[in-house]
This record gives sequence, C-alpha cells and structure tokens, in this order.
Amino acid sequence: MLQYTIRRLISTIPVLIGISLLLFVMLRALPGDPALVLAGQMASPEDIELIRVQLGLNQPIHIQYAKFISRLAVLDLGRSARTQNPVLEEIWARLPNTFLLATTAITLACLIGIPAGIIAAVRPYTKIDYLVTSFSLFGISMPVFWLGLMLVVVFSVTLQILPAGGIGTWKHVVLPTVTLASFVVAFIARMTRSSMLEVLSQDYITTARSKGLMEKVVIIKHALRNALIPIITVVGLQFGSLLGGAVLTETVFAWPGMGRLIVDSILARDYPMIQGAILIFGLLYILVNLIVDLIYAWVDPRIHYD
Amino acid sequence: MSGDHLLSIRNLKVRFRVYEGVAAAVDGVDFFVEKGETLGLVGESGCGKSVTAMSILRLLASPPAELEGEIEFQGKNLLELPQDELRKIRGGAISMIFQEPMTSLNPLLTIGEQIAEAIVLHQGLSRQEAWDRAVEMLARVQIPSPEARAKDYPHKLSGGMRQRAMIAMALSCNPNLLLADEPTTALDVTIQAQIMDLMERLREEIGASIILITHNLGLIAEMARTVVVMYAGKVVEEAPVRELFSEPLHPYTQGLLGSVPVIGRKFKMEKKRLQEIPGIVPSIFEMPRGCRFHPRCHRMMDICRLEEPPMVEMGQRRRVLCWLWA
Amino acid sequence: MGSGKEKTAKLPEGGRSSSEGIPSGTQSQFRKGLAKLLRNKMAVFGGILILGYMVTAIFAPILYPGNPSAPNLMRSLERPSWEHPLGTDELGRSILGRIIYGSRVSLMISLGVVSVGLLIGVPLGLISGYYGGKVDFILQRITDMLLAFPGFLLALALVAILGVGINNTVISIGISMVPIYIRLVRGCVLSVREQVYVEAAIAVGTPDLRIIRRHILPNVMVPIIVQTSLGMGTAILFAAGLGFLGIGVQPPTPEWGAMLGSGRGYIFNSPHVATFPGLAIFLAVLGFNLLGDGLRDALDPRSKI
Repeated sequence: MLQYTIRRLISTIPVLIGISLLLFVMLRALPGDPALVLAGQMASPEDIELIRVQLGLNQPIHIQYAKFISRLAVLDLGRSARTQNPVLEEIWARLPNTFLLATTAITLACLIGIPAGIIAAVRPYTKIDYLVTSFSLFGISMPVFWLGLMLVVVFSVTLQILPAGGIGTWKHVVLPTVTLASFVVAFIARMTRSSMLEVLSQDYITTARSKGLMEKVVIIKHALRNALIPIITVVGLQFGSLLGGAVLTETVFAWPGMGRLIVDSILARDYPMIQGAILIFGLLYILVNLIVDLIYAWVDPRIHYD
Repeated sequence: MSGDHLLSIRNLKVRFRVYEGVAAAVDGVDFFVEKGETLGLVGESGCGKSVTAMSILRLLASPPAELEGEIEFQGKNLLELPQDELRKIRGGAISMIFQEPMTSLNPLLTIGEQIAEAIVLHQGLSRQEAWDRAVEMLARVQIPSPEARAKDYPHKLSGGMRQRAMIAMALSCNPNLLLADEPTTALDVTIQAQIMDLMERLREEIGASIILITHNLGLIAEMARTVVVMYAGKVVEEAPVRELFSEPLHPYTQGLLGSVPVIGRKFKMEKKRLQEIPGIVPSIFEMPRGCRFHPRCHRMMDICRLEEPPMVEMGQRRRVLCWLWA
Repeated sequence: MGSGKEKTAKLPEGGRSSSEGIPSGTQSQFRKGLAKLLRNKMAVFGGILILGYMVTAIFAPILYPGNPSAPNLMRSLERPSWEHPLGTDELGRSILGRIIYGSRVSLMISLGVVSVGLLIGVPLGLISGYYGGKVDFILQRITDMLLAFPGFLLALALVAILGVGINNTVISIGISMVPIYIRLVRGCVLSVREQVYVEAAIAVGTPDLRIIRRHILPNVMVPIIVQTSLGMGTAILFAAGLGFLGIGVQPPTPEWGAMLGSGRGYIFNSPHVATFPGLAIFLAVLGFNLLGDGLRDALDPRSKI
C-alpha cells in the first residue's frame, strides 16, 4: 500500500511539470504585455523597461522558465505584481477558507446526493424517482451564482436570518455551502442513481436474491458497495468543479478564498499570482485524485498495488 | 400421484409489459419434477426456459414481469407466497446456479463470506460456524486449499473454480431442488464434464432434484431422466430421455436433434451433413398465428397456420404439441 | 440484433443480419431513436425551450424594437410594469429587451464554443484513436494535463491569458472542451476499431479516410451529438459565469451573466435586476440538458431498457 502510494505520488510529478510548462508558455507566448499593463497607460517607456527587468521579462524565455521552476522547487512562487507580497503567503492566507467551504459543501452533497440516488434507483420510474431525477436536472442546470443571489434575496433580504456575505460565524457558512453544494448534490444523485441501476441489474444481485437475503441486505451489502466505486470517482472529480464553483460562490458571498484571489488577479493581470494560484489548484486537484485512487484501491479488491 | 411431485408448474404465464408492447415470454407452461430426478429443460435461447426457472423463485424484476398460473412446491403455491416466506425458500429448499460464473459472484465479497451468508440465514448458525461450513463445502466441491480460497475474492479464481464455488453456495443449505441454468455453458469442455460429475454426485448425496436448463443436448443425454422441450414460450414436447433421442415426435425436436451431433445416434448420420432448422426464433412481440413453429416447420400443413395445435398425450410423461399427432 | 425484427415475417432466408446493411441499420436505429425522443416528454420540453430561445434570438429586433443598450437614466431600477414587463436595470434599460438580445449573444457563444470543441477535438480524437502509437500517447498526456483542470477553471485560466471579450470567451471555453471531445471520440474509435468489419476493411486495404468516413464516423456520431447538446448548456453556463465575474463579455453588450453581475449590486432593493437574467440562463441550460439526456436515452443503444 505504501509503495503504491509513493509510486502514485511520483507519477504526478510529470503532470505537474507539464501543467507548469503549459501555464508558463501560454502566459508568455500570448498577447498582452504584463509590464505594459502594470505600468499603466501614463507610464514612460523607461518605467515599463524597469518593470520588465524587475519581473525578469527581459531575459530569454527558457531562462525565465528555468528560474520559475527552480524557484518552484523551493516553493517560491514569486511576488504578487499587484500587492508585492509573496504569492505563497497570499495563497496561504486564503486557502483554508476555500478548503472549509469545499469540505462542507462536498459533505452536504454526499449526505443528500447518495441517499437520494439510491432511493431513485431502488424505485425506478416511480414518482419519487422522477422527483429526484427532475431535481438533479434542475441542480446541474442552475447557475450557482444565480442560486446564491436568490438565496441572499430570500434568507438575508426577506427573512433576514442569515448574513448575505462575509466570514466569521457558522451562519456565514450556511448560504455559501448550500450554493456551492447544489450542483454537486445533483451530480452525485444522478451518478448514484445510474450506478445503482447498473449494479442492480448485475447477475450477482440475482444471486444474492436467490440466496433468500432481505432486500435491504441485497441493496446495502451487495449493491451499494459496488455502486460506490464509480461514485467515489465522481466525488473526487466533483472536487475539481467545486474549486471552479468556489470562484463564483466566493464572489457572490464576498468570501475571502482562493477563488476570489484568482478573479482579482485576472482582472489586475497579476501574472505571478495567477500562475501560483492555478498551480496550487492543480496541485490540490491532483492530491484529491490521489486520495480517491487510494480509497478506490482500498474498497475494490480487484485493484492490485503492484 | 402428485405425492411424488416435488414441484408442479401449472399454466405458468410470464408477460413483460414494456414499451414495444406486451411480450408473452412464457405462455401456459406445465410440467412437474419428481423427487430425486433430473429434469432437462431444453430449447433455443429466447424460448423462455430461463424465464421459467427464474419464475420459480420469482427472481424476475416485476414490473415489467407479470406472473400468472401456479407453481406448487411442497404444498405451497410459490407465486402467492408472501415475500418473507418466499425468502426462506430461496437459497434454502430451492437454490439456483447461474450461467455466468464470472458475473454471478459479488466481486467485493470473499467467496467464504458469500457462501456463509446463506448458511447464517437458513441454518441459523453463528458466523464462525457458517464460515467453517462454507470451507467444508468448498472442500466438497473439490476446491484445493479451501481455507485459503474462502478468504479470496472472486477475481482470483478461474471460471471453473468460481462455478464450483457457486455450486458449493447452492448446495450449502441442502436444497430439495436445484435450478441449474446453463451451469457449464461458459466453461470449457473438460471443466464442463468435471462440474457435471460433481453436480450429479452431490445430487445423489443430498437427494435433491435438479432442473437442468440447457441447449446442450449432449449434456441432457448424459444427465437428465426426463426432458421438456420448449419453443417460443410453450412446452412442445416432453419425453423420457431415451425416447426423446430415439424417437422425437415434434418436428422442432427432430430439428434440434438433427442440428447437434449426438454420439450413438444412427439414423441421421447417413446424411453426413448436420441438419439446420431454417429461420429464426420469432420475436416475442409478434408470434405467428396458429402453431408458433409453422414458419420454420418442414412438415407444415394448412391447419398449422390457422389454429394452435393441441397437446397430445402419448403415454407416461410423453406428450407433444403438434397437429401431426392429433 | 434489433434489425432482425423486421425480417421475421419472411423467414426462410435465415439469420444473416450482421454482415450486411450496417449503414441502413444505423439509419433505422436513428429513426427509431428519433421516434423514441419525441415520446420523451422531458426531452420534448427541452427541445421546445431551445426552439423558443432560437426564435427569440432570430426575431429579436421584432420582439424588442428599441436599442437594448441605450441608457435612460431617468427610468433606472424600475420594478416590472406594463411598459417594462421585467423592469429596468441600473441604467434604465429594459431587462426584457436585454434578455431577448442576450439570447442572441448566448446562443452565438455556445455555438461558437461547441464549434471550437468539435473542430479541434473530433479530428484529434479520431487520429489518436485510429492511429494509436506515439501520436496517441502524446495527445493523451496533453489531454490528461488539460483534464487535470476542472473545465471552468481552465476556461478561467485561458481568459486570464487571452483577456476579456466575446471572442476570447468563445476561444477559452471552446478550448476547455476540447479534451472532453478528444477522450469521447478516441474511446468510441477504439471500440469500433475492434469490430470485425473494421478489421476486415483494414485487412483488404481500404484507404484510411474511407474507413473513417464509412465505419468510424457513423458510430461516433451518437455520442458526439449527445455531448454537443450537453456542451451547449455547459457553454452557456460557463460564459455566463465569466460574464458574471466581469471577465467575459463586456458591457454594454447584453449578456445574461454580465447582467446578473451588475444586478448583484442592487440585490437588496431591486432584486428583479438579477433575478430575470438568471432565470433566462437556467431555462436555456435546462433545455439543452433535457434534450441531451433525451438524446442519450433515445440514441444510445446501451441505455435501451
């Protein structure tokens, strides 16, 4: 198991390097001169040149990348072009907030989505199934930022029981969590339903029934465990879309997390910051996938470690 | 007379109500199984033989399946039994072996667990006792090092070994009736023989009856005492095995026997060529009028197109559904 | 299997159904699928929604004769009235008019996005799956990398590089969808390639292009159609998200997400400014998702039950 973990960890390194390379090349190769943007429209050519030297933009591109990577190796992501603070420091200050939101949202999503999907699959093509199916379709079609605003209108403006934004008490967490979870709940419910339906049509379920087991045992012990395998993957992948959704949700609720950091950096063309934040997002995402793989291997005896 | 009948199926009808229409997969099937006998149920795929077997334990998902008729087992009509009583019979007095050993075992549970589960349920043993019994059953189906195999997951076992494990599971609660649905079709020939020997030996030890569902006539010749032939949801012929092979009455049975080389059968061998039944099994949504076999029958008469043939009793467990004999 | 059904009436020719008539088989399957689609109420509802948006987009100048972007500060933030059924925004522009013109923008963007995804993704997927080898390996590693980013984040990162605006929105979201198409098409090609009739065609020396056109493309059509319908919905959602963040389509162009973004500031006193554009996005995305789901159920033989 340990060996498998280590090997899986090592295998992420090329992907990481690839991502950084891609990011770096694209940032440099495409139009838009960061020095020009930073200096502003009133700047003299000398000012722009100065900024260019400061950012190392005057050096050949492969040297820029080599420097970028060697700094990366010691987790030096450079300084924000906007605030002049170290990128890592800024990210570090925001990361726990996003992490909190993502964790509460995914927990909520699993707690609602998985049971809903099971109920729908066990009673397919009944009213309850149509209810779950329709709601999950609504969920995946709903723009999260709109849902967030509508929740604000109802709970903050009209009922005045929950804050419209900001951070602090548990009450501040409720609306962003619900908003962020909506899409994932729907997605997990859909996946659970189809995965359960698939498993319930398998031969071994008939075998289990032919043994005289209670339907409850057939569903929980025999079907659910098998159905969970693809669901785990989906939850892992959804963590990624949570990060994407976090960008929008954080903007709606003025939540000081990574998502807003990225948006602000994009608007300000703060390249070191964008680079750092996206790299960290990629890293997080790879980490989550690694964890998913490990859970996978733990649940499914068919996966070999060697 | 019916005292010897372990299981009697009377006028069983199974319909599937699906979008394309109502499919009568089984349409008025009658037969019985005597204590201790092996009954062969044969026919091409899609003739309703598996559906009949699944109906006995009500394992078909319903909806869409709708069952009608009577299946009497030990004095009870299985089709009307409440769920909890039916569950006591499933895996207890009647157990089942399926065609695909690769997919019939749960990949996430150990072999031992899957066998012990039924034992705990039906024999009221503790988990440890049930596990020991599972290991014992694995030994009885001649799986080497049964203690270790019991702890294995299905993917570690070969197809033949898995089917042995399935047999161990099916026999672990000493059933009175074993439903074996194409138990060896997925296995290669040498393993087939081993598995069938094993089933036959264990059947004798336990004194169970078997319904052997197959399209393999060689297997039927070897194992069955009585044979029921099905075509398009109906029983078309029933006969003791020897009579069926020596003197098949229904043109369909004749065709079936002609299309399989059976060792020891002389009268068709002169033709040198395997005979083939022309045409294909009709769709269950659009059955031909009259006799369902008439479009493929080489002895078709005018009446066959118009009216359903009667079941003609020809002797002790000897009957045929055909106008030729009416 | 399915094509055998019609033949049962005139029997004696026997059971040859797989060797001939592959194109006609897929055709009749397609027709059957279409009939099945029309019976699916949810899918039909989705189709009607989309049709409604298309009609709205085409006849926008008739439906709303004024200029949707001309400000009228005297009438700002009015509640829904007879004159402005959905009220006005902070610059006094009719929200209904802007939503009507916004359907043009959103449909154009999603069409553009899907075209980018299809034009790049399908050929690359075909090449990757059909030729395999080194090309496949390299393409798949790049796809891995791109898929390592969740779609919206990837689009966001691309916008960060390309800059804001309608064209960059289309390109960014389009590229973020390319890896999905590559994977999809490659997977289909790999499974079709295994088929005996394709192997036979290769064995007798049929030119690659002909094999791809005659055997492979017809088989990957269904998943591509389904994915395209779902992709249109996703494109609208993503574009609106970028617009909402202020890094997508720029004002004064009437774009639903951007409308929602600017309406956000008035949520406490004039919630209608943000409510209606959001509803427009929701219904459009729902329409494409319903249609996509229906298409999958109707055309994908695996989901037959």
